[in-house]
Amino acid sequence: MSEVLLGVHSLSVRADGGQRILRDVSFDLAPGEVHGLVGESGAGKSTLVKVILGILPRSMVRTGGNVVYCGRDLFTLPAPAFRALLGSEIALIPQDPLTALNPGRRIDAQLTDGFRLKQRLSWRDAEARAVTLLEEVHIREPRRVMRSYPHELSGGMRQRVLIAAAFALDPKLIIADEPTTALDVTVQKQILRLIHGMQERHRTALVFVTHDLGVVAQICDTTSVMYMGKVMEQGPTERLLAAPRHPYTTALIAANPRHDRPESGLKPIPAAVIAAMRAEIAAGDANG
Amino acid sequence: MSDATFVKPAVGRRGGGSAVVKRLVRDRKVVVAGGYILLLVVLAIFAPAIAPVDPLAQDLSNAETPPVGFSGAIPDFLLGTDDLGRDVLSRAIFGARIAITVAFIAASLAAALGTLLGLLAGWYGRSIDNLVSRLVDVWMSFPAVLLSILLVAILGSGLDSVIAAIVVIDWTRFCRVVRTATMAQARMDYVTAARAIGFRRGAILVREILPNVIPVLIALLTLEMGIAVIVEAILSFVGLSVSSDTPTWGGMIAQGRQIVHEAWWVMTVPLLLLCATVIAFNQLGDGLTRALDPVLRR
Repeated sequence: MSEVLLGVHSLSVRADGGQRILRDVSFDLAPGEVHGLVGESGAGKSTLVKVILGILPRSMVRTGGNVVYCGRDLFTLPAPAFRALLGSEIALIPQDPLTALNPGRRIDAQLTDGFRLKQRLSWRDAEARAVTLLEEVHIREPRRVMRSYPHELSGGMRQRVLIAAAFALDPKLIIADEPTTALDVTVQKQILRLIHGMQERHRTALVFVTHDLGVVAQICDTTSVMYMGKVMEQGPTERLLAAPRHPYTTALIAANPRHDRPESGLKPIPAAVIAAMRAEIAAGDANG
Repeated sequence: MSDATFVKPAVGRRGGGSAVVKRLVRDRKVVVAGGYILLLVVLAIFAPAIAPVDPLAQDLSNAETPPVGFSGAIPDFLLGTDDLGRDVLSRAIFGARIAITVAFIAASLAAALGTLLGLLAGWYGRSIDNLVSRLVDVWMSFPAVLLSILLVAILGSGLDSVIAAIVVIDWTRFCRVVRTATMAQARMDYVTAARAIGFRRGAILVREILPNVIPVLIALLTLEMGIAVIVEAILSFVGLSVSSDTPTWGGMIAQGRQIVHEAWWVMTVPLLLLCATVIAFNQLGDGLTRALDPVLRR
């Protein structure tokens, strides 16, 4: 990895009450590559996304580390310059398509926001670009969808609209925060294939947050496995899945249900692994 | 959510201005209530042309004539006359002028003030919210009618004072509701999404949150118009509204109350108008909310 598009360096976040939410998280992302963030609920994945986008809620504070995008430290960037980056260079595919679209505005208004506000296009031009985008995400009858309100569309369709919105200004980096979690299994596959295809075509770098190792195997070049806000293991996805070095990764892979071997059932993470991991994290906290 | 990725949006749900009008026209409640309000507005504007006689003209020889249909009625006075022989119908028509003016102006100004403060408090929170909320608390601890009577007494009577009194008291109604609605919207994911494409906070408030607050605001606005009509009538009733030579519904009720045993119609006519107007405003607000809120539409 010679060139680095996004560098996250020993990022730490604490809640108001002092609890650690992120512990020394680091990873690098090269242009056009996909980095997976895997972990259970509460592993700090979403918080990490929020820090990178500068939208950490007031109840949390960053206590250390930085995020470097194209050689620029995002946290020392003046607010207007940071806002200029968002949307046009760094975009987000949100988790829940049911709530991430504004219920009171039509799709055409929401999808053309970026064109009109960031690129100063006229309504007509922005509308034409938005229709092309909808076609690119395989929406039939894009003109009809443009005139719809979000509640008139299905979940999969809304997620397609959000993907179109994220790719609208051709950003170099897209952060996908569990984009398939809120969807139906059949739709999940389509959406995943769509994101992967778009990412390769536009040569966009992607940070892909998920709790599904199957997804990671399909699209991520490198992966970080997180637990309680700490990166337990990190590396090229193939190596990480084929020869995991951390017991937690091994346990996670084993816990993934096997459709080809239903008799094996569901395997929980062994208590010994969790205990060892908690001890490791506690030791790290004591040193830090 | 099924596996149907491609659900066709139903035809005719375009949400443009013409579609809203179409939906409104289909709602019978809205047509009746809106038609009644429209009629009042027309009566108010063209009162001098429509009223059969001068509302101030006294005709003592025809005092306390009952409305047409009762014994002793005179066809010239459709709804009868009062104790000074003035035509009740003409006075009621002229009374609509004050009622409608107060309803629209006072309610709109109260809505504008309350909405502005409510949006700011709900969105920016912290010290702005504290300031506005405490102000609302203090405001609401005063009895509203007494406060408006006090205000008009200080400001002096007249249409401007009546409107000012209503605005100064009723902005809190809008402020509370808009503040809560704003806070609820601010927690939604689409706000996060808007921040993630680099919108300024002010832009998010105006472009993303306000459109979602407007349906509840419209309902409240029409409700407030009904309330404004009543407050004006109360102030007229106690003689603190416009001068007594301008006919108002409240003034007519006050006058009719004293002669209710001899001429019940003098009080009944403006009372019925007042009730009908308040009901009409409420029904209109209900229908408008449903027509304007994209989620409530069927």
